[in-house]
Amino acid sequence: MLKLTINGKSHTVDAPPDMPVLWVLRDLLGMNGTKFGCGVALCGACTVNLDGIPRRSCVMPVSAAIGHDITTIEGIGATPIGKKVQQAWLDLEVVQCGYCQSGQIMSAAALLAKIPNPTDTDIDEGMSGNICRCGTYVRIREAIKYAARRA
Amino acid sequence: MDGVSRRDFLIVGAAAGGGLLLSFHMDAQPAASPVFAPNAFIRIGTDGRVTMIIGQVEMGQGMYTSMPMLIAEELEVGLDQVQVEHAPPDDKLYINPLFGFQATGGSTSVKGLYLPMRRAGATARTMLIAAAAKLWNVDPTSCRAERGAVIHTATRRRIGYGAVAAAAAELPIPENVVLKRPQDFKLVGTPAKRLDTPAKVNGTAQYSIDVRLPGMKIATVAASPVLGGKVAALDDRKAKAITGVRQIVRLDEAVAVVADNMWAAKQGLSALEIRWDDGPNAAVSTSDVVRGLALAAETPGVVARNEGDAAAAIAGAPAKVEAVYEAPFLAHATMEPINCTVHVRPDGCEVWTGSQVLARAQATAAQVTGFPLEKVVVHNFLLGGGFGRRLEFDYVTQAVRIAKQVEGPVKVIWTREEDVQHDVYRPYYYDRIAAGLDARGQPIGWTHRLVGPSILARWAPPAFKDGLDGDALDGATDVLYNIPAIRVEYVRHEEPVLNTGFWRGVGVTHNTFVIESFVDELALAAKADPFEYRRALLDKSPRARAVLELAANKAGWGANLPAGRARGIALMFGGLWGTYVAQVAEVSVSKSGEVRVHRVVCAVDCGTVVNPDTVKAQIEGGVIFGIGGALYGEVTLKNGRVEQSNFHDVRVLRINETPAIEVHLVRSGEAPGGIGEPGTAVTAPALANAVFAATGKRIRKLPLENQLQSA
Repeated sequence: MLKLTINGKSHTVDAPPDMPVLWVLRDLLGMNGTKFGCGVALCGACTVNLDGIPRRSCVMPVSAAIGHDITTIEGIGATPIGKKVQQAWLDLEVVQCGYCQSGQIMSAAALLAKIPNPTDTDIDEGMSGNICRCGTYVRIREAIKYAARRA
Repeated sequence: MDGVSRRDFLIVGAAAGGGLLLSFHMDAQPAASPVFAPNAFIRIGTDGRVTMIIGQVEMGQGMYTSMPMLIAEELEVGLDQVQVEHAPPDDKLYINPLFGFQATGGSTSVKGLYLPMRRAGATARTMLIAAAAKLWNVDPTSCRAERGAVIHTATRRRIGYGAVAAAAAELPIPENVVLKRPQDFKLVGTPAKRLDTPAKVNGTAQYSIDVRLPGMKIATVAASPVLGGKVAALDDRKAKAITGVRQIVRLDEAVAVVADNMWAAKQGLSALEIRWDDGPNAAVSTSDVVRGLALAAETPGVVARNEGDAAAAIAGAPAKVEAVYEAPFLAHATMEPINCTVHVRPDGCEVWTGSQVLARAQATAAQVTGFPLEKVVVHNFLLGGGFGRRLEFDYVTQAVRIAKQVEGPVKVIWTREEDVQHDVYRPYYYDRIAAGLDARGQPIGWTHRLVGPSILARWAPPAFKDGLDGDALDGATDVLYNIPAIRVEYVRHEEPVLNTGFWRGVGVTHNTFVIESFVDELALAAKADPFEYRRALLDKSPRARAVLELAANKAGWGANLPAGRARGIALMFGGLWGTYVAQVAEVSVSKSGEVRVHRVVCAVDCGTVVNPDTVKAQIEGGVIFGIGGALYGEVTLKNGRVEQSNFHDVRVLRINETPAIEVHLVRSGEAPGGIGEPGTAVTAPALANAVFAATGKRIRKLPLENQLQSA
């Protein structure tokens, strides 16, 4: 049995240590907000924050998360920055199909936590690991700046 | 509106009301909760709750807001008072009038349902007003409706819809209802907030991949890497030894690993030792496909448009331009990997999936299981991207075949690799195009021979008429330029080495690349400015000319650019969509052939707009989808196998590569046009033309970067 801290709550899971956090969240804990996209850290749909750092949960073995704080899309709204990002996403109507947006929001929240007023280059660096096939990038960029202004 | 008359619609609507009411009474407490369900789209409870049942699926394009806006406008309720529910499969109740069955695709929803949805709302409003008027013993015309209530204007009496819902349900459905005048619209034409967004920013939105059922297993699958291949031998001992792996399901052409969770299933799949019999396509490569298309292009096609004697006009012209254009196979790579959950029980079958063709999903499950349709329940979900991929139901068929061998429900999830290698791809197209120019450089003859497979012949056989695929030809037959002699031919050529299907704007996307690149070639031959050259040929097409002028104007066409940058322009006239888009793209090209897109300006005339913010979002997203496709998109075959596998070689546009995008809408009272695909369709030629302006290289074969870097 492994002990994990997710969104501030303690969870005990029966998982092999190499099982990626993505599948622990989705298949063992039923937390489905974190999405499967590629399985090899190329698309960012599975992004969660580990101690505030964005990580691709599809390639992060659960053993590496023990003793760290995992934040997922289900919990990010409880943080001031996460809430602000979600509100920006709503106000600027960023979302289309929405499937990638959990990961986008996790990456954006981590970016703003690190750099409160990101430049375009900062946004490129912080967000280029997150693919959106609907093509909401123009609005994602605007929404990050909008959230930053509402500090 | 084509295909379905108003009268048909109302009859269908009436049947729908009865059906819904009946099923509600059977499933819920019979007496306690009477509802008013005047048609298939609206249900109003006695508590006043308004539920809209939307037959068009939500895949990001805003259907769960645009359709409710149309109903709510006439029903006189606010969007904040509305709840949306997925419609069940039903080809009659939820018919897309432009297809003749239940389908969401081809940028048809608002175009086809603008009036039917409004009539549905107006019918309900009329009945609710009639019920209130009867209660008050007043003339219905002395009453009006507002925000979910009926008001008797003279006495200011007011009653909520919920309080008259039961009485309204007893009234006959009116044959004629009055629709609002556009100038009285409160919702339509406003940038209303999307109803599906809140759940999509906090992780609670439900896609089919999120289904969880008691006792559910999770499976992942490997189908033959070559189309037409079969499993020759299988050693599953190592897979079965993996903790959590429960069962190996073998089909003729695929093997699935059924497990407690996806991690175990994926490991099990990797541990399988499968020997494939590759079948007849074992040795096929992309070059074989192109050779077949090129040979077919030497043969005359079925004539789709013929005005004047184009061949003679070209032969006699002082100058002649001719070219061959090619567009590659493309993958969809929807963000939500393909998945479908199925539970086959002794007495029926239940399916949970995201589909653009829900009734077809139901039909295939019925066919595979042998159950009648009414024993097959299909639950639809939000779709994590469609782009045409989920207009196919191959994955539903496969999942049901797997589930037939599994006890209890099983969720079949394709890995990204499986998705990329077993997609239903945008076809490879091969086009021969030629024009003759007079002494002033004006085109006097135009011939276009389009060669490719027919998607419609497979997907909607009645629409494949007289050897013509109207979808493949869309955009090519409607060339709006003023050219006295035009001949467009279609050579249907099937290369059954990959399954091919719709891909965001398939026909128009490919044709606009060919036509608009070629028009630039003509402008060059005429030593004319590409914008002015087009503009002069559009004197009979004011809507097309207006968007062209607006895009050029907003983009500062002709103004100086920083060194190394260049502009390209393109125009799109999707005949079936009824939408006009012009685009100016600004690019630079590095010495090594990398294209950077700096700015894209679009002008759009899609007629009457329901939600202008959605229109803008669809153009922005369509452009981004189009840039990725035009610069990098290509699926290739070697030894019958797709060579790409995941996002490292299925390169799509990322945020750091995304240009500034401006969208300018033309105010219009014309009939609403489609908007999901035009942004993609107009992009490739604008980029190709900009690349030519920047480098002097005319790229006639997509993707652009591939050609620039191999040149």
